[in-house]
Amino acid sequence: MRTTIPVGPYHPLIEEPELFRVVVEGERVVDIDWRTSYMHRGIEKIAESKTYDQVTFLVERICGICSTSHPIAFCNAVEDLAGVEIPDRAKYIRCIVAELERVHSHLLWLGLAGHYIGYHTIWMWSWKYRELVCDLFERISGNRQSYAMIRPGGVRQDIKPSEYKGIVAALDELEPKINMFIGAVLDDPVILARLRGVGKMSREDAMKRCTVGPVARSAGVDIDIRRDFPYAAYDSVDWKVITQSGGDVMSMAVVRLLECLESVKILRQCIDQIPEGPIVEEIPEVPVGEGIGVEEAPRGECFHYIRSDGTNSPYRLKVRAPTYANLPSFRSRFIGERVADIMIILASIDPCYCCTNRVVRIDDGTSVRALDEKGLLELSWQRTRELDSQHAHLSRRLLEL
Amino acid sequence: MNNVDPVKALQVRFPKGIGDVEERSVSRVYVGVDAGMIRDIAGFMFNNLGARLIIMTALETRAGMEILYHFSFDQLGKIVSLRVVVPMPEPRIDSITPLIDGAEYIEREIRDLFGVEFTGHPNPTRFLLGDDWPEGVYPYRKEHRGKYPYRTEEETAAMRDQILHKGTK
Repeated sequence: MRTTIPVGPYHPLIEEPELFRVVVEGERVVDIDWRTSYMHRGIEKIAESKTYDQVTFLVERICGICSTSHPIAFCNAVEDLAGVEIPDRAKYIRCIVAELERVHSHLLWLGLAGHYIGYHTIWMWSWKYRELVCDLFERISGNRQSYAMIRPGGVRQDIKPSEYKGIVAALDELEPKINMFIGAVLDDPVILARLRGVGKMSREDAMKRCTVGPVARSAGVDIDIRRDFPYAAYDSVDWKVITQSGGDVMSMAVVRLLECLESVKILRQCIDQIPEGPIVEEIPEVPVGEGIGVEEAPRGECFHYIRSDGTNSPYRLKVRAPTYANLPSFRSRFIGERVADIMIILASIDPCYCCTNRVVRIDDGTSVRALDEKGLLELSWQRTRELDSQHAHLSRRLLEL
Repeated sequence: MNNVDPVKALQVRFPKGIGDVEERSVSRVYVGVDAGMIRDIAGFMFNNLGARLIIMTALETRAGMEILYHFSFDQLGKIVSLRVVVPMPEPRIDSITPLIDGAEYIEREIRDLFGVEFTGHPNPTRFLLGDDWPEGVYPYRKEHRGKYPYRTEEETAAMRDQILHKGTK
């Protein structure tokens, strides 16, 4: 007998609204259907009435996790359209921001994956060490999320040379923790039992369904936008694309964890090599025409297409977030799986439904009191001051030694 | 798949269906394509040349509804966009979903938002818009000026009454 189990639109384990109708026969899944857009805000349409500079802020709010990927992809598209080459220093700063974001996003995923399989130690650990990266972001940009670092033609804020030391110190602290996670996850019999062989997808299926990012790489498809369509400073640093052949949830975990290490490697080289110079190349005017920008977000390829009619706002902006390309792979990965594994397979592609719907989500989470603009700013300033004083204290201690 | 130039391969295989080729840079190529042959050409790109479908873009131009099929050749570092123009006001084109699974949802999305009919789509149903969205209103067309015609207050009230008092009257 066939039964349909609705997962969503509001489900305690899915943080955003999305409906999956899972058809099961006994314990086994036989079909799955996907319905989205419970929070569609029409960002592509709004972009048609904003200037190019404003759209950078708008697309930054498409996603709360990979909030720098969309601006980079958008600015790549504008620069492709205008034929502008950005200054070297801006390339390195973009690279640093993007890689820090990849580390924090992958650690976030690892925590969620632990949460979904009921392994809360992993969840607590990985979110604890993710804080290091978030604090670093706050020190560099003033924000934990939505850093507003990117603008067409370069970057909006410089990273001061006095901040390099703090970044390297944070990386020194983070790297052993990532290694610890790799050891803990790969050796843990409980995690192996829950993840290995679950939600398997063959290389052929991954290619047939046009998947991208870690999902494709975990099935052995060797694609990475950072290498194939180099942007920012990825062609001047040494790193490698991580691929696995399993195509199951375990392989995805391995790909993401090893990518964190590669990111740390890229970050160290960026700090070493970053040149002096201007951080922005002004774009005098945007010509008539079209431009495509791609970026390797933590979840996969992020794609922006712009059509310009020569005015100061785009005639059409098309955004394709990575989750949009990865969700259809569920058809290959769910059939024949057990009901108990539905959640971890859903989570395995690191879905970001807001990306797919292109909406803004503001969630204070800790209290119900209303915070106005001034209150939020005050909170943020206070936190930055705290971090600064900690850092100053630490520097003084080091000097005394 | 191999290192042949995909545009040359297209021109050799389809001498009739390929129009203007605009090579904006090494990695960005736009190719005008005959709308009637899109299924053959997209299928050839995907199955024979080993391209990956990134996404499709629809936009309104004076010439009609323009649909772009963005294909990526990751090994070559090249994005080839096939450009098709279909006449308004009732845009209609062959669906490529029977050949490329990855096109299923974006075709449904374009159908919802722009009103393009994809003939031969295996599941041409609503995807992004709600079930109560009226037929024939396409929010992403330029003529649509941000007025979202949801149900009126009275219609909603009538519907609620109907649901609440079902079977009691």
